[in-house]
Amino acid sequence: MSKSFINHFLLFIVLLVGVVMSLSLGSVSIPFEDIFKSLFGLSIENSTWEYIIVNYRLPKTITAILIGSGLSVSGLLMQTLFRNPLAGPYVLGLSSGASLGVAFLIMGASLLSGFLGEFLYSKWAIILSASGGSLLVMLAVLSTAQRVKDTMTLLIIGLMVASLTSAIVSVLAYFSSSNELQLYIFWSFGSLGNLSWKEVGILSLCWFIGLSFAVFCLKNLNALLLGENYAKSMGVQLKKNRILIIVSTSILAGSATAFAGPIAFVGLAVPHLVRQLVPTNDHRVLLPSIIFGGAILMLLCDIIAQLPGTESTLPINAVTSIFGAPVVIWLLLRKRKLNF
Amino acid sequence: MSSEFNQSKILLSASSLNLGYKEKRSVISVAEAINFEIKTGELVALIGINGSGKSTLLKTLSGQIPALSGEVKIDNQLLSGLHDKNLGSYLSLVLTNEPVSRQLTVMELVALGRHPYTNWMGQLSEIDVEKVNKALSQVDLIQKKDKLCDSLSDGQFQKVLIARALAQDTPLILMDEPTTHLDMFHKAYVLQLLKTIVKTSQKSILFASHEINLALQLCDKIILIDKGKVDFGTPSELIQKGAFKTLFPADFIVFDEVSKTFRMRIQDD
Repeated sequence: MSKSFINHFLLFIVLLVGVVMSLSLGSVSIPFEDIFKSLFGLSIENSTWEYIIVNYRLPKTITAILIGSGLSVSGLLMQTLFRNPLAGPYVLGLSSGASLGVAFLIMGASLLSGFLGEFLYSKWAIILSASGGSLLVMLAVLSTAQRVKDTMTLLIIGLMVASLTSAIVSVLAYFSSSNELQLYIFWSFGSLGNLSWKEVGILSLCWFIGLSFAVFCLKNLNALLLGENYAKSMGVQLKKNRILIIVSTSILAGSATAFAGPIAFVGLAVPHLVRQLVPTNDHRVLLPSIIFGGAILMLLCDIIAQLPGTESTLPINAVTSIFGAPVVIWLLLRKRKLNF
Repeated sequence: MSSEFNQSKILLSASSLNLGYKEKRSVISVAEAINFEIKTGELVALIGINGSGKSTLLKTLSGQIPALSGEVKIDNQLLSGLHDKNLGSYLSLVLTNEPVSRQLTVMELVALGRHPYTNWMGQLSEIDVEKVNKALSQVDLIQKKDKLCDSLSDGQFQKVLIARALAQDTPLILMDEPTTHLDMFHKAYVLQLLKTIVKTSQKSILFASHEINLALQLCDKIILIDKGKVDFGTPSELIQKGAFKTLFPADFIVFDEVSKTFRMRIQDD
């Protein structure tokens, strides 16, 4: 236990460094001293700086932590539920559901614009339609989950739903104007910024609820490491447990997608990265490590996306994969083995 | 009640049990009219050729699929009346070909057997740790308890799975082919281990196996499934009845009643 405590402590220190770096980097350079001052509520001379830190950088940093850890935890849940190393937060079709919702909003907008007018292009409309899309897909998957015996079937159904929705998005895209298309593509790039404190609050609430579900499943997740038949023989109620895990994933990954767009890679990769560091599959150790790991990776990607020293930013969805994928490949080649 | 009586109490019984699967429109019967009684402290082998219904019987006995008709009783309680949640304290399983994670230490994996008894976080109590250690020493793995299962040989890993079932501390253990993938020495070793377990701990073990020759030498009773018919008895009772004669095609494999072994018939031409 003490060894995993040290591990978690180290991860926490790295996370703190990440937080400070993410707060201090941006298109406007602000001295360290002033960042700390404004964080602790002391007034600083330059009120613009204070505004940037409190209303722009701080919410973004918190968003990065919530989304990175939320996606990673849901990746872990899916990998254990399906006993499949390729599973991630989106295998149940959550992000495709969200994409479908947003695609309908943006590209189907011309049909509805008469009723809704300006609301259509507001941030809340996008958040609502993304969550609506995810929710619909989640309900469909949940109702299947109650019917199918075999978890593998569920995985395949999730993949089918994903390809179905992406086909519908393509059809919508084919008939839409270049303006609408651009708007949709920008959404699909993902973004950690632009969240107000109110939105950060809602995201934190979802994160907390989703994570509570996950903590509640910890014991049964460990039993699932032996496979479903063993788990059942030890008294795990498979269907009930499956539904709890799906609900947790949907809340965590669904809210992340709604607020920041479909961020790829993190949820799939972080559990594998962390398993390389923590040599166990015991979820009681893995879960906190993965929360830290996901938050750190997301902050790191955010820092890189800022392109330190320049004024432009890269889309976060691209950064996570461009910089994350080689890291995972390198780790796997070095270890020659997937710790799954 | 004398302790003598307790020692030979009936732990698992099947009466006029019919096995099979219900499909949408038809019922597929696998084996019919099964009757047997397994007492505490008995090692029982379940023998039958591939596809004879050994797995179906094990699945039925462990409550994974319902019986077509008839009844199964564990410790004098109807299996069909037991809730999933409580089943884990009556019987434990050792299965083959499950996607068991090997990224756990031996101790962690065996400790998962305490699942039915631990709190909501799966925290091990002192009693749990004691039972896990006892299970590990029963299979002679106490030295390796901090090793990752990934680093073990197949034979050692099989012992870990048996230890997990022992840690679950149930009166009955059901095993599906516990000796597959093992060499001849380890096959004999594992079966000998099972024999020691039932003799020292008053547990009963029912295991499906293709190791007929070893089973005949070692087991207290045998359940033999042959073409939908089920025989039950001690090895010598079954031999006397001639139950093994028709198990395999006689022009390939014959049963030698003197040495109590199956032999290949060597084609002379």
